[in-house]
Amino acid sequence: MIELKGISHVYPGGSRALDGVDLRIADGECLAIIGQNGSGKSTLVRHLNGLLRPTEGAVLIDGMPTAQMRVVALAARVGLAFQDPDRQIFASRVRTEVAFGPRNLGLRGAALETAVAEALGATALADDGDRNPYDLGFSRRKLLALASILAMGTPTVVLDEPTTGQDLRGVERIQGIVANLAAAGRTVIAISHDMRFVAESFSRVVVMEAGRVILDGTPANVFAEANWAALAGTYIEPPLPAQIGSQLGLGSTPTDASLVDALVRRSA
Amino acid sequence: MSVLELSGVRYRYAGATDWALDGLDLALEAGEVIGICGANDAGKSTLCLVAAGLAPGAIGGRLEGSVLIGGTDSRELAPYVAAQRCGILFQNAATQLTGTTATVWEEVAFGPRNLGLDVAAIVERVGWAMTLARVEHLAERQPDRLSGGQAQLVALASVLALRPAVLILDEPTSQLDPAGTTLVGETLSGLARDTGTALLVVEHKTDLLARIADRVIVIGAGRIALGGAAGAVLGDPRLVELGVAPPAAVRLRRLAEESGVGPGLRQGLGLGLEA
Repeated sequence: MIELKGISHVYPGGSRALDGVDLRIADGECLAIIGQNGSGKSTLVRHLNGLLRPTEGAVLIDGMPTAQMRVVALAARVGLAFQDPDRQIFASRVRTEVAFGPRNLGLRGAALETAVAEALGATALADDGDRNPYDLGFSRRKLLALASILAMGTPTVVLDEPTTGQDLRGVERIQGIVANLAAAGRTVIAISHDMRFVAESFSRVVVMEAGRVILDGTPANVFAEANWAALAGTYIEPPLPAQIGSQLGLGSTPTDASLVDALVRRSA
Repeated sequence: MSVLELSGVRYRYAGATDWALDGLDLALEAGEVIGICGANDAGKSTLCLVAAGLAPGAIGGRLEGSVLIGGTDSRELAPYVAAQRCGILFQNAATQLTGTTATVWEEVAFGPRNLGLDVAAIVERVGWAMTLARVEHLAERQPDRLSGGQAQLVALASVLALRPAVLILDEPTSQLDPAGTTLVGETLSGLARDTGTALLVVEHKTDLLARIADRVIVIGAGRIALGGAAGAVLGDPRLVELGVAPPAAVRLRRLAEESGVGPGLRQGLGLGLEA
């Protein structure tokens, strides 16, 4: 269980990135955070593994305030893949990069090798283990940043805009990874501007504007027509199937599948 | 004369054995918007670097064929001349920002100042570029304390401020919120239409390309796999096997046909399903 209790964050220089956020995320939830650029999404998730500490309020992981937890304890519970992989990657070999996290959590020998191999396999980097990360293109460096978090096996995985720069198959691969994590009962929290990905892969959507949470619900709730004005206020456009479903009086149909289902039901 | 012309271009990175671009022809006219898409590692970013003259100019490697920027071979252009003719927005905004400036305003002024313009011209250009990219409200902020999307818009403003005849944009909206993506699309369309700037835009967001591109080229394995008018290419069934997600309207129309609910869905035509 992750709990944010009235947290605010004011960066040095005075910009208030978070302004009183309350959020409870149960174990095993699959949650997307959306909202305008600069609305505080990345600042929020950096509080979950202690990279940032709230200037007001408290973050509790399994009941324990992060203010009292050491970074190593937080790192074992919450893995965070950065938006910009180049701020995360430092090793000169892909395999070393992926092994860094689990090694620091105490994995050795066969267990470490398995964790690294599985993470590289999931991100389609199995053949790139011996390459220099900077010989990979941007999209595969994004996958590498993701692999090094997956390899840590943390109960909570946080992904900051995981589909950025990915092609069709890359997005499908990441959707598969999210589904597998969710199926294994792990908590997945992702920031995304890709509304199709959000509507299809997550069961809960949290919408932020100017450092606050303005909407919180299932994709069908959040993308329902009643909320479009609020979404527009934070620069979000509902997915196309939601717009079409509304136009056709079918209710809230945020995904391709839900739109087609609603049409089939109506014609039956 | 085309403002940018690639003929028989092959390019190989220094130390690499494979050609990243392997026989590519492309001509871009003033005021034209060409969208580039393709699977990851197809050569899209390499095409950007080569077309802007940075490869081989700044990063080495081997170039065959010719790249003419404003009629001059890229290998014969001094970097400061190439930069004025052809601006490039990198895929990762953090790579673009200079890291030497204290405010966003100064960051956007960096290019114009290095062109040796007088103060009034610099102020005018910075104001113009920041308005176009909608970052005026960030003027006093520190460039290294921006969100990912804000940094991307500031990087765009800093390239616009150079007012090049050709703009090469490598995923300019990758970190932007949906409405921000739409706004940047409108800005780019307006720029091409009103100033005659020619645009080469790499994008995975085919919905955006459907709105702004005159032509779309799909790159596969360093070559042009598909090319033509934007509507035809984005509606082409081969798009998916080339690793490109079709625009949402095309995808839904196909799904509707497959599932037999086409007639019902066609009522949603007002939302662009005709594509």
